[in-house]
Amino acid sequence: MNFAIDARDLTRRFGSFIAVDSITFDVGAGEVFGFLGANGAGKTTAIKMLVGLLAPSEGVAHVAGFDIRTQRDQIRRNIGYMSQRFSLYADLTVRENIRLYGGIYGLTPAQIAERAATMLDTLGLSANADDLVARLPLGWKQKLAFSVALVHQPKIVFLDEPTGGVDPITRRQFWELIYAAASRGTTVFVTTHYMDEAEYCDRISIMVDGRIAALGTPTELKEKYGADSVDDVFVRLARAPKGEAA
Amino acid sequence: MNLNALRAFVVKEFHHILRDRQTLTILLMMPLVQVILFGYALRSDVRDIRLAVIDPTPDNATIELQSRFLSTNRFRLETISKTPDVIEPLFRRGRADVALVFDPGFASHLRGVDPARILIAVDASDPNTGTTYLNYTRAVIARYQAELNAQNRQVQIVTETRMRFNPTLESVNLFVPGLIALVLVLVSALMTAISLSREKERGTMEVLLVSPLRPQHIIVGKVIPYLGLGFANVLTALLAAWVVFHVPFRGSVVLLLVESVIYTIVSLALGVLVAARTSSQRAAMLTAMLATMLPNALLSGMIFPIASMPAWLRPVTYIVPARWFIVIARGIMLKGVGLTILWRETLILSVMAMLLLAAAMRSFKPRLE
Repeated sequence: MNFAIDARDLTRRFGSFIAVDSITFDVGAGEVFGFLGANGAGKTTAIKMLVGLLAPSEGVAHVAGFDIRTQRDQIRRNIGYMSQRFSLYADLTVRENIRLYGGIYGLTPAQIAERAATMLDTLGLSANADDLVARLPLGWKQKLAFSVALVHQPKIVFLDEPTGGVDPITRRQFWELIYAAASRGTTVFVTTHYMDEAEYCDRISIMVDGRIAALGTPTELKEKYGADSVDDVFVRLARAPKGEAA
Repeated sequence: MNLNALRAFVVKEFHHILRDRQTLTILLMMPLVQVILFGYALRSDVRDIRLAVIDPTPDNATIELQSRFLSTNRFRLETISKTPDVIEPLFRRGRADVALVFDPGFASHLRGVDPARILIAVDASDPNTGTTYLNYTRAVIARYQAELNAQNRQVQIVTETRMRFNPTLESVNLFVPGLIALVLVLVSALMTAISLSREKERGTMEVLLVSPLRPQHIIVGKVIPYLGLGFANVLTALLAAWVVFHVPFRGSVVLLLVESVIYTIVSLALGVLVAARTSSQRAAMLTAMLATMLPNALLSGMIFPIASMPAWLRPVTYIVPARWFIVIARGIMLKGVGLTILWRETLILSVMAMLLLAAAMRSFKPRLE
């Protein structure tokens, strides 16, 4: 099978602290993959290794078929990334942000204009195209940031806690955008600590203390742990004494 | 290098700068305000010209002429001596503005056939003031000669002039090059450090580093708009100095702008390095102030002459970029010299620019350790 992402024994140490401890997983092309874990479980460190912001201490991983150690440039062209923190420029307008990221990813002005129009139409932001991003409500900003991360139509998009601080209705709308992207064939790698969101994913992994404690479809995991919801599964794994988690 | 990506990034940087109207206004007005403030604060008064008289053989004519000078209320006798070797130290220490050197036997020459000679030496480190000194001096002598001639004496006084350049005397002319150096450092180093650390603080830097944009794109993209702002600042400072204080510009404006670019690159690279080593905008701002502005203002010879610094401090000034830039800017502006004279300083600045730029680009890489 052709994987969008495959990781083998990926490890990252900071001094003697092991942030990510030998994780192994695959993400299929077009999959919505939920990367779950409590704060400090190592999600962000793992994602940073995959997008090329951190070098792994050990292990191998491929993103879009390229080695994360040696082929960072090819990876960069094929991925989109929405960081934990808001990644648009508040002092630029909606359209200027789209132009910036379109330009950075090498789109022609004609392509940018066309995609901007489609994007603004889909988001219902056409009337606000020349407003400063600072003036938009948070939910709109997040949806815009997601769409901008997809402006160059990447094979894989990495979302690091994209819905933090957003109200439930906006979160739902956000997930509709994620599904729409997945239906167009984009692989979505998303970290979250909202367990209800985990139910929307094709497959999820749950990280505890730097290790992957569970991996499978939400249904498989609920059956395996005899739980009613992913939330239950998560609480059980997170409370289990160290070493028994897997 | 992908030019479209770079262009998109530069456009973004211009937007940041143009949107922040308050900061932009301050940055654009700074050279104007500084030139005017420093200029007036340091203006030398032409009413109080300090006169050194060298009179090897005092006679009634030299004493008469001397008293003519003092009765104008413009001249003040600083010293009187029989030998001319006192002039050099006086000028060097900035204790005298004009020296009158009488020929031996001045009065007898006045009565004889040979013309009577006076050498006028003027401290022209500020060329405008120097010219004014000279004109006043000549006027006094001419009036004296005219009065003698009116008494039917047909005397001839020949004056010879030496304009002396005194490198240690501060004046508005000497300050303008220093101000340009200071404003460029402020705009370049401080603003780059702030703008880069803001990207780090807000998390946008991560997104840029994940994109195909390379560190050198990011640095070049930050450099270009501030180079433009630096150009505007240099021109404003020159214009203000010329309009308000009639500071001359003797050399090539193009050469000065080229040198300003090199110096700005040095400052920008320092700003990038500061941003790489600090984690917040506030820390970046304070560090940039301490690391670039203070040494460039205090150790560059702009305010305190390097020659009067303690011996142990003097070598330290070699690593201060403004020290070299000020020599270059003063040379071009006040002496009208070009690269044949200033190649050494230019070379030093260029080497600094290359080393610091390389270090600045490297400073981005540790993020991917």
